[in-house]
Amino acid sequence: MFDLIEERKNQVATTRVAAEDMACEKTSASGSVSQRACVFCGSRVVLYPIADALHIIHGPIGCAAYTWDIRGARSSGPELHRMSFSTDLRESEVIHGGEKKLYQALTELVNEYKPKAAFVYSTCIVGLIGDDVEAVCKRVAAENDLPVIPVHSEGFKGSKKDGYLAACHALFKLVGTGDVSDVPELSINIMGDFNIAGETWIIRNYFERMGINVVATITGDGRVDDIRRAHGASLNLVQCSGSMIHLAKMMEEKYKIPFMRVSYFGIEDMSKAIYDVSDFFGDRLVDTKARDLVHEEVSQILPELKKISADLKGKKAAIYTGGAFKAFSLVRSLRTIGMTTAVVGSQTGNKEDYRLLAELCDEGTVLVDDTNPLELSQFITEKEVDLFIGGVKERPIAYKLGIGFCDHNHERKTPLAGFQGMLNFAREVHATVMSPVWRLLPRRRLEPGSESDEVQYGCG
Amino acid sequence: MLLRHTTSEIKERGALTINPAKTCQPIGAMYAALGIHGCMPHSHGSQGCCAYHRSTLTRHYKDPVLAATSSFTEGASVFGGQANLLAAIDNLFTIYDPEVIAIHTTCLSETIGDDVGQIIGKAKETGKIPAGKDVFYASTPSYVGSHVVGFSNMVKSMADYFSAEKSPKTGSVNIIPGWIEPADIRELKRIVASAGLDAIMFPDTSGVFDGPLTGKYAFYPGGGVSAEQLRKTSGSEATLSLGTAASVAAAKVLDNKWQVPYENLDLPIGISAMDRFVTALQQSTGKRVSEDILLERGQLLDLMSDMHQYFYGKRVALWGDPDQLVALTEFLADLDMRPVYIVTGTPGRAFEKRIEKALNGRVPEVKVKQGANADMFLMHQWIKNESVDLLLGNTYGKYISRDENIPFVRHGFPILDRIGHQYFSTVGYKGGVRLMEQILTALLDQKDRLSPEESFELVL
Repeated sequence: MFDLIEERKNQVATTRVAAEDMACEKTSASGSVSQRACVFCGSRVVLYPIADALHIIHGPIGCAAYTWDIRGARSSGPELHRMSFSTDLRESEVIHGGEKKLYQALTELVNEYKPKAAFVYSTCIVGLIGDDVEAVCKRVAAENDLPVIPVHSEGFKGSKKDGYLAACHALFKLVGTGDVSDVPELSINIMGDFNIAGETWIIRNYFERMGINVVATITGDGRVDDIRRAHGASLNLVQCSGSMIHLAKMMEEKYKIPFMRVSYFGIEDMSKAIYDVSDFFGDRLVDTKARDLVHEEVSQILPELKKISADLKGKKAAIYTGGAFKAFSLVRSLRTIGMTTAVVGSQTGNKEDYRLLAELCDEGTVLVDDTNPLELSQFITEKEVDLFIGGVKERPIAYKLGIGFCDHNHERKTPLAGFQGMLNFAREVHATVMSPVWRLLPRRRLEPGSESDEVQYGCG
Repeated sequence: MLLRHTTSEIKERGALTINPAKTCQPIGAMYAALGIHGCMPHSHGSQGCCAYHRSTLTRHYKDPVLAATSSFTEGASVFGGQANLLAAIDNLFTIYDPEVIAIHTTCLSETIGDDVGQIIGKAKETGKIPAGKDVFYASTPSYVGSHVVGFSNMVKSMADYFSAEKSPKTGSVNIIPGWIEPADIRELKRIVASAGLDAIMFPDTSGVFDGPLTGKYAFYPGGGVSAEQLRKTSGSEATLSLGTAASVAAAKVLDNKWQVPYENLDLPIGISAMDRFVTALQQSTGKRVSEDILLERGQLLDLMSDMHQYFYGKRVALWGDPDQLVALTEFLADLDMRPVYIVTGTPGRAFEKRIEKALNGRVPEVKVKQGANADMFLMHQWIKNESVDLLLGNTYGKYISRDENIPFVRHGFPILDRIGHQYFSTVGYKGGVRLMEQILTALLDQKDRLSPEESFELVL
């Protein structure tokens, strides 16, 4: 293996060596080109899909500019969440404080848009100048009779994961404030699905077909009034290992609502989610409908999946995700279409995640935590992978190396969740791995035992 | 639709930016630094800043962007970021082996009060900077100015740091091209060479963001101005700076320190600004530009006359960065169009005067707004009150274009949803042809779409 930065040696492992001792949940080494973001980013992505709330970013303009309409979290109604509101702090506020400006901005916006609630995101600078954001929020809330919720998302106060936690605390202030008298027993909340390309709608539809009432789809096509009633549900479904587990735990403690970790990616995990929910309720009618649903959906996609796997058999993939939980589903989904996983990693996985990943993957698979372009490109080259699954910063690296790419982050434009999503995923992977463009590349051919590269044009 | 939240009634906003027409300083500094060959930009702040800047540049160029971060934590924010930065410098040289590290600050490190110059001194003393390698920094607080100011500050620091000693006279000329595209830089080089001029152009992003696909990932692409060339800028005969907002500060440094006289010009976009650039080139060499360039002028003029009936009286709204807007405004007026709404989020009163000069009384109804509250929301409100025939600016105009059904030409930074800006220059006479072609296509496509059947014909 090539040289790794000393501090990072424990953050890389292969399944052959014990992955138990893998170091993770560390802050990134200074000077590494991390693919990670900050606390603010974590909070912003979780709360962003609440479409009828006002989201205002208290800080200099950048934090608002970079997060303006980049998530693709769809709404079936209001779209206030897609506007970019910023207090645009300037030097004078950094010296004299930004509370007055925040108050004024909030008041102007509340009067103009009459939102159902407002979220106020603190950025790095607000943590330093010591604005009492809490007090401003209280005042605006009292004057206008709506929830105005501070989100403690100062960028430097940890990693993206801590931003998820801050978002969950903000959400927890809304939960429990609505009337739940009409919520039926067969009811759930969907958490940690962001309705990218409309995925929440697909999942919601499955559960509704099973006769289960969906109270709130908190982080995808979210609505303030639904979240207020979320404590009326009988079960919380939590997707995305990092983001919403805290809220689920808080709701379990306060409202005694159990939660279940699920994934909607791939046939196996999607089916498991459906059956787990059905088992939870122990209702015979639900159970029958669940079986029918899975049978119907799977039989619709299987024939085409089979055709696709014939082309992809034996191809290798590298996976780099935000949370580790998604990586499990991706390893399984790739197996469904005949592919193996040669490199897998995440920005925020924990020890248990990596232990499970090591168990799940084939021998020799490289596991990486909080990696960087240098390592990624070297692993990809070393393992000769055909496909990279990652996010916006990874895409051009894959292409520069001349391999296919699939965005499984927020830049995906077709739904990849659910059964139809599995088929979409297979089609996307097929299209990119089999693209004729790779055949036009000057190939690098390494003679056995020789160090020299020979450039040859055409596919040889 | 997103911008149905825009109201037509324009109220004075005291404390609020909605849908910004700018972003913060550090991204400009990162972009400028990438125009040095073998340079690793380093963001001295939280992880999120660096991740956002890399993502935005990646989206704009569809190319990987390498940059590092100090990865501030809560501890660093209390005790200062010295330890992080020293570790970062050490790690970067060990693992990534750059020629140059260009550090820029963020709102966080500026407010904490880190003395980056002193920290670099310490790194040097303790042997963390290998012989022959360069580390320098620019102060780029996010709460002052905008991304353009950050760019200008980094270019200024570049000029200052590398001209620590007076270089022997070289007979060449410095050209500071400003925040333009790699294709524009290639075009400027061609024009300059045709005048027989030996020039040092900095920063130079050609060969950095328009790299080929070879199947290998080069961390440091082939392009960029070298440290060696930068050290010679103090020995040049003169400096031509293109753009008051982005470039003149660096030119002044060389003049003040080493008496390299400068001439500040507008970006050579459009026929008049390009004429002035050619005149300046000819004056500095005493030679005429080649016949090719004169031929191109004639061709541009020919097209302007051929198609002037389509341009006449068309109202245009444009937004973006000051230097581009000034040059574009003049060109639009030369085409007999009416640039009526002009917005930049970059503060600075000089802007309005420059626009006034570019228009020279030709469009008395023009509305110009810069700085606070000069954002896309205001632009949309103006348009709602009295519409325009064409939108010209970065990708964020697409919402207005769709909402109001107005033809739209993308120009400036960022362009996230189209390609072409990396490869087709808009500077020089040929660039003028390109711009005309884009504008005309947008206008005529719209006319083809909207003309009623009885007036729709082969040539409209």
